Amino acid sequence: MASSGHTQRGDGGAKLNILVCVKQILDPDVPARDFRIDPERMEAIRGGASLVPNVFCENALETALQLRDATGGSVTALTFGTEEAEEVLRKALAMTADQAALVVRGDGPAPDALTVARVLAAAARTLGEFDVVMVGRESGDWGIGQTGGLLAEELGLPMVALVDQVTASGPGVSMRRQTDYGSDTVETTGSVLVTITNCEGNVPRIPKTRDVMKSYRKPLTTWQVGELGVDNGDTIAEIVELSIPGKEVACEFVEGDNLDEKVDAFARRIAEVMGAIG
Amino acid sequence: MSNDVVICLSASSGYDRVAQGVAGAGRELADELGGSLCAVIVGAAADETVSGVAAVADAVIVADQPELADYQPESYLAAFEQTCRQLEPAAVLLGNDTVGLELTPRLAARLGGSPMSDGTGLRVVDGAIRVTRSAYGGKAEAVFELKRSPAVVWVRARGFEPAPPTGDGAAVERAALELPVAATRIVERHVEEQEGIPLDDARLVVGGGRGLGGAEPFDDLRSLAAVMKAAVGASRSACDEGWVPPSYQIGQTGKKIAPELYLAVAISGAAQHMLGVSDAKALCAINTDPEAPIFRNCHFGIVEDYRKVVPPLIERLRELKQ
Ligand SMILES: Cc1cc2nc3c(=O)[nH]c(=O)nc-3n(C[C@H](O)[C@H](O)[C@H](O)COP(=O)(O)OP(=O)(O)OC[C@H]3O[C@@H](n4cnc5c(N)ncnc54)[C@H](O)[C@@H]3O)c2cc1C
Ligand SMILES: Nc1ncnc2c1ncn2[C@@H]1O[C@H](COP(=O)(O)O)[C@@H](O)[C@H]1O
Repeated sequence: MASSGHTQRGDGGAKLNILVCVKQILDPDVPARDFRIDPERMEAIRGGASLVPNVFCENALETALQLRDATGGSVTALTFGTEEAEEVLRKALAMTADQAALVVRGDGPAPDALTVARVLAAAARTLGEFDVVMVGRESGDWGIGQTGGLLAEELGLPMVALVDQVTASGPGVSMRRQTDYGSDTVETTGSVLVTITNCEGNVPRIPKTRDVMKSYRKPLTTWQVGELGVDNGDTIAEIVELSIPGKEVACEFVEGDNLDEKVDAFARRIAEVMGAIG
Repeated sequence: MSNDVVICLSASSGYDRVAQGVAGAGRELADELGGSLCAVIVGAAADETVSGVAAVADAVIVADQPELADYQPESYLAAFEQTCRQLEPAAVLLGNDTVGLELTPRLAARLGGSPMSDGTGLRVVDGAIRVTRSAYGGKAEAVFELKRSPAVVWVRARGFEPAPPTGDGAAVERAALELPVAATRIVERHVEEQEGIPLDDARLVVGGGRGLGGAEPFDDLRSLAAVMKAAVGASRSACDEGWVPPSYQIGQTGKKIAPELYLAVAISGAAQHMLGVSDAKALCAINTDPEAPIFRNCHFGIVEDYRKVVPPLIERLRELKQ
């Protein structure tokens, strides 16, 4: 994965080849009151909900596209999912990714993070050499957030987590990483894997109609997972319980004949807690 | 493999509430496994950090050679990996700070173990470690059984009681490690200016959402917070709009807080936001929409435009305080 194969930009920097791993998930905006689970399969019941790209994967795509637009190079979108997951790749191409690859799995329960990381690593190696590999910080369904780190180890890459901006810097990249106290600037001269989080600067773009049309002419490779020769015997975790916590409470709406009275009642409730704390 | 539990701490945060919670979770798990609790502190640790940890652990290893003075992902990862390899623990716990989030999966991969994130409960069933965590953005709760050993888990630390003192101080050992040349470097650390009360451990919190409509209304929330002696936070939407920095974000992918009271202003109450306040003792909200999901989690609320409520509320609270 060394940055050997890439061409130079006018300013001496390299054109960057970027791989973005995108996952298709059950729409996380399904309201809690409509949410149901299948206790046998230990997963959410899809019902009428749609499948969507994970939002942090879209933040990653946006970050990657901005980096490519600034440096030249290419953005490849990769997903491991069912046939239906082709949709998230179509959207990535419409957002102006250059090419896409789909690794198709069977219909059974979703594989765990280690299997996913091994499959993504095998696909990445087959696709070529990448200077930057981007994944979302976590997915909006299970929210495990372990795939990126496992993938970094599979690919032998250093990793920086919770990045929200990537810019070209000399032969490598400079990354802004969110921290508990603010942010860090992290630099690397070689290839790197980053997990992307959201910020003002990477809100995903809405595809333009023209780009949607064009996306159908862009290359999309499809493999069956068996073709990649990944040994996926080893699992790291098994879901043994899944339940819906019932935690609604009865809200008391403050009463009053006019706004002043309502605000007064509201203020008194707050002051009670303030008083108890002292 | 032993029955021991290792907790991984970075020196720069000191023995703070997160470290205390990690130690607390570690002690409970070690007791259940019948093993001991060992702490690894990486970085230039202050004396009070080491003594604070030594008071609750059975053994302490400090890796403080000059290359480890400041957090760097690759060298800290190598330091935790090497110390854990020697200890052969059944479980390795980290906190819900940037370090824990960043290093957990890679440390697990290197130790041949199972990574898991955001643990809110840990238990041992037939020798296997099980982790409770939320799923589907807080709409469900799941229990995972970890299949490889060690279990490497970052936990939602503030939800665990601090570890009790053992009564006798643990022996402190210094590790000398061979570290790789790091392929990445943190070249600049930007510490955000803290206005008012920090969000993490605040006892009262006011959160602002997209319904505020801009950055300026957050000044009104800051005035309200000042009267209440509260910290100010925000929903993801407000952060994404750029009205407040990302460090304000409360929720699944933001801060997880446990105040006595959380006041949500112009926040709809999406499950992912509520996940960040599920440990709050009480919730209340100001929202124009009586059907907003936030009210289903609130103890009390007011259905009104925040612009009409916040100014008189500040006045009224000021009077009530006297
Ligand atoms: C994987 C994932 C992770 C996420 N993580 C987080 C997270 O960590 N934190 C988080 O917050 N979100 C998170 N989200 C996003 C979350 O799903 C919601 O989109 C978000 O919380 C909505 O923010 P909001 O309530 O401010 O905005 P909206 O949902 O737009 O709500 C605005 C509210 O303001 C009210 N309002 C409007 N005008 C006024 C007025 N004048 N006075 C009073 N009320 C008014 C409206 O009635 C409405 O209820 C995540 C989503 C995903 C998929
Ligand atoms: N099946 C998948 N296909 C492509 N990318 C994935 C897949 N699963 C996880 N990822 C990537 O890993 C990130 C974190 O996912 P997770 O570890 O499942 O929370 C996602 O945002 C994706 O970038």
